[in-house]
Amino acid sequence: MWASLASHLAYHVTTVINSVCVCVCVCVCVCVCVCVCVCVCVYRKIELYEMGWSLRDGLKECLVAAAPYGGPIALLRQPQRPSSSARPQLEIYSSSGANMASFPWKSGPVRQLGWTVCDDLLCIQEDGTVLIYDLFGAFKRHFSMGNEVVQNQVLEAKVFHSPYGTGVAIVTGASRFTLATNIDDLKLRRLPEVPGLQGAPSCWVVLTQDRQTKVLLANGVDLYILDNTSCTPVTPPGLSPQACSIVNMAVSFSYKYLALFTDSGHLWMGSANLKDKLSEVDTKVRTPPKQMVWCRRPKSQQPSVVIMWDRLLLVAGECTDTIQYTLDEESVCVAELDGVRIIGGSRHELLQEVPSACQDIFKIASMAPGALLLEAHKEYEKSSQKADEYLREIKEQSVLGEAVRQCVEAAGYEHEPETQKTLLRAASFGKCFLSNYPPEPFVSMCRDLKVLNSVREYTVGIPLTHTQYKQMTVQVLIDRLVYRKLYPLAIEICRYLKTPEYQGVSRVLKHWACCKVQQKEEPDESIAHAVSVKLGEAAGISYSEIAARAYECGRTELAIKLLEFEPRSGEQVPLLLKMKRSQLALSKAIESGDTDLVYTVVTYLKNEMNRGDFFMTLRNQPVALSLYRQFCKHQEQDTLKDLFNQDDDHQELGNFYVKASYKEKKLEARLSLLQSAVDEYNKAKNEFAAKATEEEMKLLRFQRRLDEEKGEALLGLSLQETLHALLTSNFHKQAEQLYRDFRVPDKRYWWLKLTALAEKDDWEEMEKFAKSKKSPIGYLPFVEVCVKQHNKYEAKKYVSKVTPEQKVKAHLAIGDLEGAAEAAIERRSEGEISTVLSRCSPTTDRALLERLNRARSTAAKK
Amino acid sequence: MAHSVRRDAPELPDFSLLKRLARDQLIYLLEQLPGRKDLFIEADLMSPLDRIANVTTLKQHDVDKLYKVEHKPIFYACENLLEEQGIFGDVTTDEWSFYLLPLDDDIISLELPEFFRDYFLEGDQRWVRTAGSALHLLHSVYGPFSKVYGIGRCSKMAYESWREQVEEGEQRARQAEIGNVFLIDRDVDLVTPLCSQVVYEGLVDDIFRIKCGCVEFCPDVTSSDKSIKVMLNSQDKVFNEIRNEHFSQVFGFLSQKARNLQTAYDKRSGMNIKQMKTFVSEELKGLKQEHRLLSLHIGASESMMKKKTKQDFQELLKTEHSLLEGFEIRECISYIEEHINRQVSMVESMRLLCLLSLTENGLLPKDYRSLKAQFLQSYGIEHLLTFSNLKQLGLLVEQQPGETLTVMESRVGKLVNDKTAGKLTDAFSSLAKKSNFRALGRRLNLVPKSDEEYDLRVPRDMAYIFSGAYIPLSCKLIEQVLERDGWTGLEEVTRMLNGHEFAVTAGSNGSDARVKTDSQRIILVMFLGGCTFSEISALRFLGREKGIKFIVVTTAITNSARLLESMLDNHA
Repeated sequence: MWASLASHLAYHVTTVINSVCVCVCVCVCVCVCVCVCVCVCVYRKIELYEMGWSLRDGLKECLVAAAPYGGPIALLRQPQRPSSSARPQLEIYSSSGANMASFPWKSGPVRQLGWTVCDDLLCIQEDGTVLIYDLFGAFKRHFSMGNEVVQNQVLEAKVFHSPYGTGVAIVTGASRFTLATNIDDLKLRRLPEVPGLQGAPSCWVVLTQDRQTKVLLANGVDLYILDNTSCTPVTPPGLSPQACSIVNMAVSFSYKYLALFTDSGHLWMGSANLKDKLSEVDTKVRTPPKQMVWCRRPKSQQPSVVIMWDRLLLVAGECTDTIQYTLDEESVCVAELDGVRIIGGSRHELLQEVPSACQDIFKIASMAPGALLLEAHKEYEKSSQKADEYLREIKEQSVLGEAVRQCVEAAGYEHEPETQKTLLRAASFGKCFLSNYPPEPFVSMCRDLKVLNSVREYTVGIPLTHTQYKQMTVQVLIDRLVYRKLYPLAIEICRYLKTPEYQGVSRVLKHWACCKVQQKEEPDESIAHAVSVKLGEAAGISYSEIAARAYECGRTELAIKLLEFEPRSGEQVPLLLKMKRSQLALSKAIESGDTDLVYTVVTYLKNEMNRGDFFMTLRNQPVALSLYRQFCKHQEQDTLKDLFNQDDDHQELGNFYVKASYKEKKLEARLSLLQSAVDEYNKAKNEFAAKATEEEMKLLRFQRRLDEEKGEALLGLSLQETLHALLTSNFHKQAEQLYRDFRVPDKRYWWLKLTALAEKDDWEEMEKFAKSKKSPIGYLPFVEVCVKQHNKYEAKKYVSKVTPEQKVKAHLAIGDLEGAAEAAIERRSEGEISTVLSRCSPTTDRALLERLNRARSTAAKK
Repeated sequence: MAHSVRRDAPELPDFSLLKRLARDQLIYLLEQLPGRKDLFIEADLMSPLDRIANVTTLKQHDVDKLYKVEHKPIFYACENLLEEQGIFGDVTTDEWSFYLLPLDDDIISLELPEFFRDYFLEGDQRWVRTAGSALHLLHSVYGPFSKVYGIGRCSKMAYESWREQVEEGEQRARQAEIGNVFLIDRDVDLVTPLCSQVVYEGLVDDIFRIKCGCVEFCPDVTSSDKSIKVMLNSQDKVFNEIRNEHFSQVFGFLSQKARNLQTAYDKRSGMNIKQMKTFVSEELKGLKQEHRLLSLHIGASESMMKKKTKQDFQELLKTEHSLLEGFEIRECISYIEEHINRQVSMVESMRLLCLLSLTENGLLPKDYRSLKAQFLQSYGIEHLLTFSNLKQLGLLVEQQPGETLTVMESRVGKLVNDKTAGKLTDAFSSLAKKSNFRALGRRLNLVPKSDEEYDLRVPRDMAYIFSGAYIPLSCKLIEQVLERDGWTGLEEVTRMLNGHEFAVTAGSNGSDARVKTDSQRIILVMFLGGCTFSEISALRFLGREKGIKFIVVTTAITNSARLLESMLDNHA
């Protein structure tokens, strides 16, 4: 049984190893790992690269900026003697020290270098100008941090990152701070003055909290928070009293934690909102540090800060013990999500807290499940019986699953491919003894490592950790490779990870094409051809973006050629607008069916063209015209009028004036608008509307007169409402006049007057009204209206006047069942008798019921 | 109800997925803004948002306060507005592409009540693409569709927009859940939504107004001092059984249900302790719930009974039926006039006027002018604009000289008996240019013979939703097209409906055609411009008859009042 199992295993392991092997052969980095322990935390320093650059004086006298996530390094070497006319040299290297660009600096003195999230280099000059270069040293653009700076000069500057992108903060010679949260959407904010601050503060950092960017600064021992509107003094809880000045500060990668270093050599650690203190450590070093950065991995409970002096590197954690490393060369620390990179003239190292999975496995004499599994596998390789013993031990504790998980996880944290392989083999070995163990974590770890190892390779030089890679996502990694013009590798990774074409291969190809169109020496034809050949098959390529790039480089003809490849008409619109082909843009926008886009073009045209041409253009595009009308209805009433005018649409103009009249409060203005409406309706040969509008004017005038004379509030009511109001207020004469003047149909007037009288319980007047002449609506309404006002007594008065056909209804309305029965029987109508019957209840008089039933059958026979 | 199900109808796809998609996207947007934030929501969006993500969900994602914005911002011009206000740079905009809100197992709404006015009246096509995108979303989640039918200009454009999006996007082969699609423009059939609804769900909508699948019953219904908000969908077991019933049947059903419930409660009397225990733990809660719902629906029915069994309502229905049948038109006109004279209700009067115009193909100039004058004098001259809108949409028009044939028809109809009238009108219709409703009615048998008794307990066709007086044109078209698998044989009908019909086989792979899967019996009907609950009831009936299931996708649930209110030009 053992043998069969073994052969099964052998097969399994080989397949796994095959997949790992590929990544191993490309790796040349040498790892030397020494672990040191502070409190319960273990730290290790791994060598990432031996630097490929040859710097004569190391990093001495250099401005250095290294981007996080294993990004590029920029050096600005100051000339040896300030007086010398030699220009400083700007150099850009990969993390492994491979030169990517190098050129003499010809602009003004630089205060600070920094990298954006898109791997662009920011050079902040003394005069507040910020120049942006790409990875290869090509100038992209520049912007200024404000006019004030030119005079006062930048004393210090910082580049920071937040969810909004890359930001820049400066402090000027006038001790004023200015910051821009996102350099791609530049909005300069000049922060309020700091009381008592002269020159630069002793130290400062930029914080991002609650979507606000603030500056935290120290002036001696005083701490201030500066936001857009105010400068607030703050005190960190429990700061050692010996301190006279805060000389350095550092904020963590996530902006959650803050570290302060005082002149008394104390290191205070706490939350960035200054509400909680985590710990305080006396470093016993009183010299101000050169650099201080946070070093903690996500989810770790241990705060720790790395402090650097000229020859010393110190890791301070929660307890008083510190770890010290001697530095033998000038170095720079780069804060990372899960550690600190230390870049020196010859070496590039990673200092981090050892992940617990690795600790468990590699700790000496560890009995953790992962450690046992690793041991078991080692014995198995040696074909030793002991493998079985170890396995048994794991299985007895039922922690095999945990063991596999640990090995897989630990593999992710290891930089050395051999170690990765060993751990993965052990995991794979353990997996064989588990049924139902999900394969995904193992498989995806193998994939991730293969990708990571290939980008960590010396020639690429992106020393990402697994944690960073997961945080950064594949998409961003692909972007970074693309910025470095490593197109084949990027495509290789996309294909290997089976990234959907949109996010993967197509995107890479698009970048390639964007780069291609900038090659000035090649003719338009051949570029367009090359692009279409290469991109032809890829899904979701945005040709318009490529064309836009071509246009930016001044190659309009090429842009137009490329746009022709764009299948989505909507995508062509923005560029067409930019290239001033607005008519074509409008047709394309309409073709796309995207109304937002049509609006964009219409708005653009409106600003570009004179009114006449604009209207003419719209006239030829009904879709755009109706959209524009809709917009005008809500936003630009006057333009709407012009549009109707242009079309001689008098009907709509009439409507327009009527509508306008209702927005007008002043009566005279209202009347004049209505008069305009009348004129337009007449022109439109709409006599009805013209007359109705004239009558409205007449009514308004009447209402005004009455309002003035009698203090009524009639203005604006409809004719019906006016009449109703007059009748309920006993202005019968005026009501009569209106009724005649406006030729109100008798029927409606009678209904109106009837209800009005009933509503104010004027029964006497109602009776008079009923007798005034023969009612055009009959007398049933009188009965019903009285009943509705709960006056049956009055209702009865009119029952007798009701026509024979409506008698039954009238009797029923007042609840007179007998009367209704009499009337129905008299009329010998089967339907009516049935109606009466349906209203009868069990309490109804028997005799009446019988009479009704008899009458019904007689009526039916007929 | 004694509906015979012809064969096992297929299961409906699970549309809660759409809610999940929308919620996830919203959360994604919220998370783009780290930290605490306040949310300002347009009043109209409150209810749909509540269906997607309730306050708890929002709070979980750091939403601090919620504000209701009452005025209507016009979104498409937002950027311009912001620019004018000089705050453009300080604002970032993200779009939450929320297209579809599942209101029930078989109803999905785009929640765009403005669609009808914007598209059909203003000619604004901005929603066409939205409709196309909604269709695209459904297609990519529940498709691929194999056949698409449609009628109307907007349907056609929405279809084209969808096709474009399909071609642009990725295509994945998957098992279709929805096989066929039918797109229909609301203006193909304007008569149906203008009729009084008499099926329970429609009636509740007409009287209490269902908003986003939720109705607020007033104290009058709840017989307490509070209003209660109730979700009306298939989860409500009582409602589910009566929603499609003709109103006259509902009361009988509810009292039967009440008796059953009583019997269930009564079981308790003979129980020993153990039985009682299981009863309390297993049945009582269900019974209590049912009890609560039952009393609510009984309350609602009573309240509706009070309103709707009155003589007035009967007369109103009689008039509507006469209009649909084209009978005694003069009397109808006097009825409408009296309706205005009595100032019953502005919208109702307008509805009757429109119904008259639609069925009669316009009003005689004399009638048109006098009724319009009466209306304007009653409700104010601003309705000149309303009338202008109604005219533009063809809802209320004046017959042009030379078009009076239909009126002659009706006059002749009054003089001679039915049969002769039929022959005569046939002759007239060939002369008249657009005697559409009458001719359509005849060709599609929309108006059953009125001399036969119609048993509402056992409906024999979709006409039951209008008391047996009229089969909704929209639903009849759907039935006919599905039966014929296209528009063949309906040429004259489509000509009268102004064309724009199409039938496209979308699925290119032939294997689909061979395998007659369940998905072929699931039909998605998309109403552009809104549909009524009565139409949904009619389609459910048709589905049961044919052993198919309909899924209704609509830009909004509408009814006569909503439709006409959207025609008003509020000057306020």
